[in-house]
Amino acid sequence: MGALNHKLLRDLWRIKGQAGAIALVVAVGVLLLVMMSGMISSLDETRRTYYERYRLADVFAPVVRAPEKMLERLAAIPGVDAVEGRIQGGALVEIAGQDMPVRAQIVSLPPWREPRLNGVYLADGRMPQAGRTEEVLLLRSFAKAHGLTLGDHLSATMHGSRRDFRIVGIAQAPEFLFTIAPGEFVPDDARFAVIWMNQDALEAAYDLKGAFNEALLKLERGAQVEPVLAAADALLDRYGGLGSYALEDQLSNRFLSEEIKGLRTTSSVVPPIFMAVAAFLLYIVVSRMVQSEREQIGLIKAFGYTDWEVSLHYIKLVVAIALFGAALGCAGGVWSGRLLAGVYQAVYHFPFLVFRVEPSSFVSGVAVSVLAAMAGGLLVLRQVFALTPAVAMRPPAPADYSRSGALNARLKRWLDQPSRMVLRRVVRNPGRVFGAVLGIAAGMGLSSAQLTVMSGFDDTLDQTFDVIDRSDVAVTFFEQMPDKTAFALQHLPGVIEVEPTRSVSAVLRHGTESYRGGITGLMPGARLSRAVDADHADIPMPDAGIVLAKALADILKVGPGDQIMVEVLEGRRPVLEVPVARIADTLLGAPAFMKLDVLNRELNEPGRITGAYLRVDAQAYPALFAALKDVPSVAGVSRKSDSRAAMKKLMDSGAGTMRFIMAAIAGIITFGIVYNTARISFGEQARDLASLRVMGFTQGEAAFILLGELAIVVFLAIPLGVAIGYGLSFLVAAGFSTDLYQISTDFKPDTYGLAGGAVVAAAILSGWLVKRDIEKVDLVATLKTRE
Amino acid sequence: MAKDSEPAGQTTFVTRGLTKVYGEGPAAVHALRGVDLEIPKGEIVVLLGPSGSGKSTLLNIIGGLDRATEGDAFFEDQNLSQMSDRELTLYRRDHVGFVFQFYNLMPSLTARENVELVTEIAEDPMDVEKALHLVGLGKRMDHFPAQMSGGEQQRVAIARAIAKNPTVLFCDEPTGALDSTTGRAVLHVINDVNRELGATVMIVTHAAATAQMAHRVINFADGAIRSVEVNDHRVSPDEIEW
Ligand SMILES: Nc1ncnc2c1ncn2[C@@H]1O[C@H](COP(=O)(O)OP(=O)(O)O)[C@@H](O)[C@H]1O
Ligand SMILES: [Mg+2]
Repeated sequence: MGALNHKLLRDLWRIKGQAGAIALVVAVGVLLLVMMSGMISSLDETRRTYYERYRLADVFAPVVRAPEKMLERLAAIPGVDAVEGRIQGGALVEIAGQDMPVRAQIVSLPPWREPRLNGVYLADGRMPQAGRTEEVLLLRSFAKAHGLTLGDHLSATMHGSRRDFRIVGIAQAPEFLFTIAPGEFVPDDARFAVIWMNQDALEAAYDLKGAFNEALLKLERGAQVEPVLAAADALLDRYGGLGSYALEDQLSNRFLSEEIKGLRTTSSVVPPIFMAVAAFLLYIVVSRMVQSEREQIGLIKAFGYTDWEVSLHYIKLVVAIALFGAALGCAGGVWSGRLLAGVYQAVYHFPFLVFRVEPSSFVSGVAVSVLAAMAGGLLVLRQVFALTPAVAMRPPAPADYSRSGALNARLKRWLDQPSRMVLRRVVRNPGRVFGAVLGIAAGMGLSSAQLTVMSGFDDTLDQTFDVIDRSDVAVTFFEQMPDKTAFALQHLPGVIEVEPTRSVSAVLRHGTESYRGGITGLMPGARLSRAVDADHADIPMPDAGIVLAKALADILKVGPGDQIMVEVLEGRRPVLEVPVARIADTLLGAPAFMKLDVLNRELNEPGRITGAYLRVDAQAYPALFAALKDVPSVAGVSRKSDSRAAMKKLMDSGAGTMRFIMAAIAGIITFGIVYNTARISFGEQARDLASLRVMGFTQGEAAFILLGELAIVVFLAIPLGVAIGYGLSFLVAAGFSTDLYQISTDFKPDTYGLAGGAVVAAAILSGWLVKRDIEKVDLVATLKTRE
Repeated sequence: MAKDSEPAGQTTFVTRGLTKVYGEGPAAVHALRGVDLEIPKGEIVVLLGPSGSGKSTLLNIIGGLDRATEGDAFFEDQNLSQMSDRELTLYRRDHVGFVFQFYNLMPSLTARENVELVTEIAEDPMDVEKALHLVGLGKRMDHFPAQMSGGEQQRVAIARAIAKNPTVLFCDEPTGALDSTTGRAVLHVINDVNRELGATVMIVTHAAATAQMAHRVINFADGAIRSVEVNDHRVSPDEIEW
């Protein structure tokens, strides 16, 4: 087989352009596979290591005020390995040059020792010294967002009293990868601070001497979390337990999990498409090769080589191309995976990155590409087997078009000969035309789906911040207040309209499904922050019943009319059984709405509110914020434009980058298939084109025959691409949509127009490139040879 | 530049010092070494010579498919050497019919459509059916090339070449791939075309017997004309001895 191997190498060299292009498609598929699985496993692994190294708790149990001796009781719960009690609470931080106070979470550090659970990573500086109540650690992402460094001073209002602090250390912590202010939905580095300080400083501020208000529990390996939650709730109930929850439900961790889940969805949808395209291209190229080498194949067979030996030759060729592509893809995947994981490391605030590619992803990358190539190659084998030496040695018969003649009668009247040539080629090779159409459509669908999802994010923002929320500023109080507090805001500078609201935390249950969230009480006829239906019409709050956001209804698996249980975690902690009245089209978060006075009645706390939405004259912002700082009940103020910007930033980084890369790669692949279609058609028809030129057809007329086929393929591919893109956009959007945010998947003509336009542009460019080849064809040489 | 050397009268082609060199340096192949030639209008001219002597090269240059390295080739009063690519295309479209050894039919078109391909762009074409009748294919007009024998395919190629009423018909080894009976039939058709349409015909062949049907025989060797003979005793293709 030595001679055949030489032929193999020469063949590869001869078709190096096309082989390279196919290897590249394989490489892109493998690259994505390795890169994405590398990123996913790196993120997983980094998270795991980070959590483990800094002993992140498995269970969080907030409580109003529990004596320290309860920690021993908690530690005795079966399955609990370690327990830590700490004090944490809200504060408002003043930052020089910032017109608005910033909300903060203050977390206690135990004296004289490291925290047993939920450790901190000190990025810079040192820990506060015991007894130094003015020394604090500041969360690194927040410090960076505001340009704060070691030695800078902060003043914070805790529990109504204002105190000054000095930053002695910059810290990161696994529980604060994403930081979200209570009552908000969007993580934002700049608008929520985390500050660690000595426990004694906090005990004084929150009046919790000898007590804690959050217990952290680490479970033994393999222990069940549910019984521990129940036991902890039972123990803490009489101290005002606020419902313990597992790490799985911890907000920062949830955000990270959802991002990883989104990546997983993409990685399972996209690479297979590339592999299928590569298999198809390989099939076309090798099939053409067998056709044009039929005499050689016949000859080799006549020498006594078996069908299998000859077939093996072509399989080797295919596998060589696939392996080359796979090797390239593996190397590129590791490289780009490391690069992207670095990006994610920064976005998610990991202090370090454990980059890891599972060896299995290399194996599956190589295996998938070889299999795809074999699938393409095996179809070709049929042709090799079918060639008997005798047939192969006869001069080639013209391709048989007699079966495509049926079209004739009707077409004849209005089609000239060149058009008939184009049409008959299409009719004669329906499989191949279909393959090309499918390939282009898949590429186009992929890019338009990514574009749709990208613009779906913008729609989510528009709908959330323009349609549903028409306020300018949201004010949150430290605790529930009489409703006259809200109306006092009416007299602050620039305030045009005030709308009070109340939110309480609650666990919602239906059957075995449950969700830890909250209930928002809305005023009748609320105008600033509303619940709307799919047509953006107000949903009036019912006198009995609850309105659920669609995401929440999906989680609980309920629809209008179903009864759900609501365990309120505040006040007298009532357990309500309420019917679901309507489903609201809310895209951010998973809220539940009730009429404000109905909620208050259930809580037995009439006329109580926890915040208000304001409509404000933009000119008056500085004066308003200055005034709000002096209102003691105000815990937080957030400007809608800031929330929106934060959300946009979140969506653009991380997964947004990924989507952009995907759309771009899909575009490149689409161009590759379009160009390949043009090239193949040119290769097959070079001789016919030369004949036409000899007969006196101009280059333009000859090009028509070539490009006509391409035009038909593109014409068929675009509507199919729209359909595929539409379907894929649901899949991708569903993969990314969670109760944290949902992606709108309305049909977006402009994204499909863009993707379709790109396909047409690719076709025109390919046509132009191939037309240049037509000009270069050596008429004489082409006609002299026998094919 | 060449207006003064332009020949007058009933001459279809005149070449002056036609030279063609393929490649460069030591590897250069001199396919034509200064060919001076005159082809009278309406004649059948047979170009004889051993393989590789430059016959096809000459035919391709005066057929407007290729360009000379040096020298001039005139078609009637036009200098082919000075035409642009586009002018050469139009020259082929309006005046030239080609027949090759390997038919070069469009496999996706029927016999009739292959001919129509040409009549659709020609200035003054003949009736498609007439062209096919001329080559004896009146009954197989709606067959595809794959359904025809080699001789039939070659006759379609001839029909396609003559359907535009060409001024000249170039046949490069038209019988090269055919058996003698079929070959003779094809030559017969070419003879008829010359007689009935008055087209000038140039046939390249290495089968010396073909010369018996020519008005004029040009012997070619090593890129140059060795001799030109006028044939006073033309024989019908049917009677050619092979
Ligand atoms: N494209 C080409 N490149 C290089 N040499 C060529 C080319 N075409 C023809 N030749 C050479 O030119 C010479 C004449 O060729 P050709 O005109 O085809 O001869 P004939 O038709 O008489 O057999 C031959 O030596 C041939 O090898
Ligand atoms: Mg020749």
